[in-house]
Amino acid sequence: MVMNLDWEFIAESLPLYGDAMWLTLKLAFWAILFSLVLGLIFSVILYYKVKGISFIIQAYIELSRNTPLLVQLFFLYYGLPKVGLRMSEVTCAIVGLTFLGGSYMTEAFRGGMEAVSRTQVESGLSIGLSRTQLARYVILPQAFAISIPSLGANVIFLLKETSIVGAIALMDLMNVAKDLIGMHYKTAESLLLLVAAYLILVLPLSVVLSWLERKVRYAEFGD
Amino acid sequence: MINTGELLLEVEGLQKSFGERLVLSGIDLQVVKGEVTVILGPSGCGKSTLLRCLNGLEPVQGGRISYHGQDLAGPQVNWREVRQRIGMVFQNYELFSHMTVLDNILLGPLKVQKREPKEARQQAEQLLGRVGLLDRKDAYPRQLSGGQKQRIAIVRALCMNPEIMLFDEVTASLDPEMVREVLDVILGLAEQGMTMIIVTHEMGFAKSVGDRIVFMDQGSICEIAEPQQFFTQPATERAQHFLDIFQY
Ligand SMILES: Nc1ncnc2c1ncn2[C@@H]1O[C@H](COP(=O)(O)OP(=O)(O)OP(=O)(O)O)[C@@H](O)[C@H]1O
Ligand SMILES: [Mg+2]
Repeated sequence: MVMNLDWEFIAESLPLYGDAMWLTLKLAFWAILFSLVLGLIFSVILYYKVKGISFIIQAYIELSRNTPLLVQLFFLYYGLPKVGLRMSEVTCAIVGLTFLGGSYMTEAFRGGMEAVSRTQVESGLSIGLSRTQLARYVILPQAFAISIPSLGANVIFLLKETSIVGAIALMDLMNVAKDLIGMHYKTAESLLLLVAAYLILVLPLSVVLSWLERKVRYAEFGD
Repeated sequence: MINTGELLLEVEGLQKSFGERLVLSGIDLQVVKGEVTVILGPSGCGKSTLLRCLNGLEPVQGGRISYHGQDLAGPQVNWREVRQRIGMVFQNYELFSHMTVLDNILLGPLKVQKREPKEARQQAEQLLGRVGLLDRKDAYPRQLSGGQKQRIAIVRALCMNPEIMLFDEVTASLDPEMVREVLDVILGLAEQGMTMIIVTHEMGFAKSVGDRIVFMDQGSICEIAEPQQFFTQPATERAQHFLDIFQY
């Protein structure tokens, strides 16, 4: 099998995969970053049950979690221009992934916040902390440590979800592989490169995340 | 000593219920500056709930809590303000697990009271020295024993310079050999004239620290007496019964 591979073709395709990996990384980076920020803000609002806004966020979470990313992307890319809102493919992809990731991150943070013990919260209240100070100095640092495993899982999830952006004409890894197969019929080589590319992206990230998980857990709880 | 100083806290007809269940049914209590009030009573009689009401951790359903002319049972209480003056240490009050001892103590003084860092730090270190834990100032709570944590929780409350301190069974979850070191800190405070309300199950401690004993049962106060009086000749049968169980 290995002998039969066209190594020349593989070498020639590498730059294409390199570009696509770079694109995937870029999309994932921004989507993850924005999702985390959204998640942080939304989870605090939900935790404190801020009237009115909480309801809207709850609705957003339902919408985001119960529609396929593909549909969300189509809506952004093909639907919105009809009402005069045109975004580049990259922007659409980042917005779409953030729309999806934001709800996952919100749930992850919120789970962490709710796991912070009542006595820690009351300790904070009893020294006169305001609700925002309580969130900032007591609840969030602890919630963050508790949430790291699910935040990490979401990070990987979002990175993998980028594989769908080919649907809005972005030359991501999936699209590159599809094109190569379509043009040169080098299915085995193209797929091998595709799997390798994702492994190269995801594996180190997984390792770093579980290291971070242990590290933070120890810093916060000492076990 | 009793009822001679300035009246700090006056509770009148305080009522608290959880759902249908009335847990405090008309508490009347006055606390005078410099006085140590010890609350005794069987489990579930509402001692913790009373303290929690005084610190705004439980909303109340009736009555008045007057503190410097302000009604803490009323609407729109500025609890942030009040909590800086009524310090509180609870049975399982954890220190903030992600902060060092010093950061735990300084969070209130720096972020709530916005005090000068150098001055607050000096006070924190001086208080830590007083409870014999200055050398642990950079430790994390997980590196401390239960007794050490509780002494630091007391320092954390004291560093806000409160006018009244509330203690709710601060030694209840400690190993016996650590109870003493915590009670000694509270005794030290009593000697300095700190106004305190103390809920405890340590009878010997209650006797020696209290200026008076408040005995509660089933959500109301049955009896208020000086320790000597209370432990030798309680006025009510219920108190007698309670003491019998403890002196068994
Ligand atoms: N959050 C709550 N919800 C419902 N009931 C509660 C709540 N907190 C306390 N209670 C009830 O109120 C009553 C008084 O409780 P409280 O904790 O004040 O008693 P206590 O005198 O402190 O008892 P202990 O000596 O065991 O600490 C109990 O019957 C308890 O079950
Ligand atoms: Mg109690």
